[in-house]
Amino acid sequence: MFEDFLTNQESWLNYEGDAGDIVFSSRVRLARNFSQYPFPFRASKSKKESVLAKMKEVYCTVDALKESIFVQMQDLNDLDRQFLLERHLISKEHLSSLGGKGLIVSKDERIAIMINEEDHLRMQMLTFGFDLEQCWRKLDDVDTQLSRKIDFAFMPDLGYLTVCPTNLGTAMRVSCMLRLPALVLTKRINKILELLAKISFTVRGLFGEGTAAYGDLFQISNQVCLGIPEREVIENLSAVVNQIREQEIEARQALLKKQKLEVEDGVWRALGILRNCRLINTKEALSHLSMLSLGLDLGIIKNIVESDGPAENSGQADRARLSNLFMIIQPAHLQKIEGKMLKEKERDYIRAGIIRERLK
Amino acid sequence: MLCNVCNKNTATVHLTEIIKDKIVELHICQNCAKVKTQELTNELTKTQKKEDSLKCSFCGLTYAEFVRKCRLGCRGCYGIFKMELIHLLEKVHGSHRYAGKSPVSISPESAGQIEIEELKVKMAQVVSRENYEEAAGLRDKIEKLKSKGN
Repeated sequence: MFEDFLTNQESWLNYEGDAGDIVFSSRVRLARNFSQYPFPFRASKSKKESVLAKMKEVYCTVDALKESIFVQMQDLNDLDRQFLLERHLISKEHLSSLGGKGLIVSKDERIAIMINEEDHLRMQMLTFGFDLEQCWRKLDDVDTQLSRKIDFAFMPDLGYLTVCPTNLGTAMRVSCMLRLPALVLTKRINKILELLAKISFTVRGLFGEGTAAYGDLFQISNQVCLGIPEREVIENLSAVVNQIREQEIEARQALLKKQKLEVEDGVWRALGILRNCRLINTKEALSHLSMLSLGLDLGIIKNIVESDGPAENSGQADRARLSNLFMIIQPAHLQKIEGKMLKEKERDYIRAGIIRERLK
Repeated sequence: MLCNVCNKNTATVHLTEIIKDKIVELHICQNCAKVKTQELTNELTKTQKKEDSLKCSFCGLTYAEFVRKCRLGCRGCYGIFKMELIHLLEKVHGSHRYAGKSPVSISPESAGQIEIEELKVKMAQVVSRENYEEAAGLRDKIEKLKSKGN
């Protein structure tokens, strides 16, 4: 299942268009619960199945979900579930206690709704680059259309009711994934992370916590969602993201001024390894891909792949190609591409092969 | 110094109490101190019993479970545990007033209905604590909302 995700040209993850520079992607997530059923951790199997049944009945009445797929998590195999996790369509929590858990994914993979995760519904919209406004507008529309068919648990003075009081209110989490290689290289990243924690924003690495960030990717999200309207949640995060963007730009200029040779060396070494290695693990691959992306952004490398189009577009095409590589070198993706389960060394071999192929 | 309570025996125990934001110092004898300790223990037991008996009738979540796991089990829990929640919300969010959108299915009439139900729950809790003055205030609020709805 999901093999067509890899080749679907409408999927934003395969789209080789406007890949973000520093802001890699944006996401808005809403939590909603049904009024008439206990929340998932207190619900019996039959109550959870009622939630699933209701969602199955109503989802295709929502415009943006007309061509979506609807699956039950227990019907999928391990590889497919891992694949969904790698594509940011489900959370780690959705991989365990599968009974009653479901998922709806739109054709372009931008909208995903987890059913019976921590809350009855966890809806999200994802997009390339820095566009929280679009994410919110489209997800808001989905939410409004669903609320015509479902009685959401809500109290006028507390807002949307959730399992965890930290999610109460707008029940909205807004986040951006940022690429911050210069801040990492100049060792300014720690101060930024400390500051963010002080003003109630959480930061996580792509696959890990804190500064153990693979590929220099950091996800920044809001913590507060009660007491302020949705628009303000977005404005607050946008302001923070803009400030960090400026810090990254400053750090890149500082690198060019003071460590130009070292950075050039790092970039060309990264390209050399990626174009020639025979075995490479995810962590190392992401590290070199990030270095290569930085090289493109700083103009150290003019173009990586020969393109038939006009020269000014080749930088954009290269950036999009690298962004796509970030996604497909992950373990479940490789196995999906090969169509079979692979051991670790086999994956490292296939990964190296795919990278050489795409960067020659 | 003579005991502040009985005015008979010598004060050997010195107690500081906070009553309605005021710091009150009491100097009392051994006997009166024993009585005071018993009063305090009774009050604490009463509070504990009330908290133990708080339970959501819809999903069965108890107050103890809510405190331990910091999770609510259903729509009904929010009515039952609302007062206890408010303090927590201010800690986490710095506020407990909602300022965002409302679901389309919530009309002003049904919003009012929900508020009436919640006030009824609150009134029952307050009556069980024999706080009849507060209960009367809540009853008046309910009547006002009912007449607004009509």
